[in-house]
Amino acid sequence: MPETELQLTIGVDGDIVTARQEGRRLAGTLSFSPSDLTVIAAAISEVARNILTYAGSGHVDIGLIERGGRRGVTIVARDEGPGIADVQLALQDGFSTSGGLGLGLPGARRLMDDFEISSEIGQGTVVTMRKWTR
Amino acid sequence: MLVPILKEGDYLIASIPSPLNDTELLQLRDALVERVDRAEAQGVLVDVSRVDVMDSFAVRTLSSLATMTTLRGAETVVVGIQPEVASAMAQLGLSLQGIETALDIPDGAAWLDERARRSIHAGD
Repeated sequence: MPETELQLTIGVDGDIVTARQEGRRLAGTLSFSPSDLTVIAAAISEVARNILTYAGSGHVDIGLIERGGRRGVTIVARDEGPGIADVQLALQDGFSTSGGLGLGLPGARRLMDDFEISSEIGQGTVVTMRKWTR
Repeated sequence: MLVPILKEGDYLIASIPSPLNDTELLQLRDALVERVDRAEAQGVLVDVSRVDVMDSFAVRTLSSLATMTTLRGAETVVVGIQPEVASAMAQLGLSLQGIETALDIPDGAAWLDERARRSIHAGD
């Protein structure tokens, strides 16, 4: 279980900015470089925007974790939206059903160390991602 | 938040003071496109040095701004992308294709000046 947790509601576009700023602030308590903090903020921005675009609303939970002496940040983005029909397709660069660039999910996956999606049609989507300090 | 748009010489300058949400970014884009016409501007400089993250939405919006102003006869130059922001953009797979970038406002203005000089010579 993460030791510190932020629970953020995503419902309007201003919440995306708040989520990435809060996430950066929390991650900033660990020994991440400024570049890593920007990477974490960018990944939060992408998954939070996906919630808004595809589900309308949802939550982003951000916590600090420790495993094998390494510390890190964990981000869980969850919604009860329509779900993703083909997760592998949604992770391909350039694939979008919203007219976007199709770089949100694949980009967030590249930015973070760990990245998992579980999605069920009609039930919603959960994206879990982690970044570890070096 | 409304981003002030200044006119200096032939150019419009918008310095984004802090991170914008999607709606505010779209408002800025539309205001700049409209001002290009009214102010008869030859170029647009957008300073993003205080923007914390350039994500896929920001890049898409700036790309459309550049396309729109070009169609109205004014080039857009994005200036001040911070090193760590650039690094995250590259990892995201984002590029500002078709958009001019410069280090800061004087650099961007110099690029626009140079471009204006060349187009005058080309018209000789």
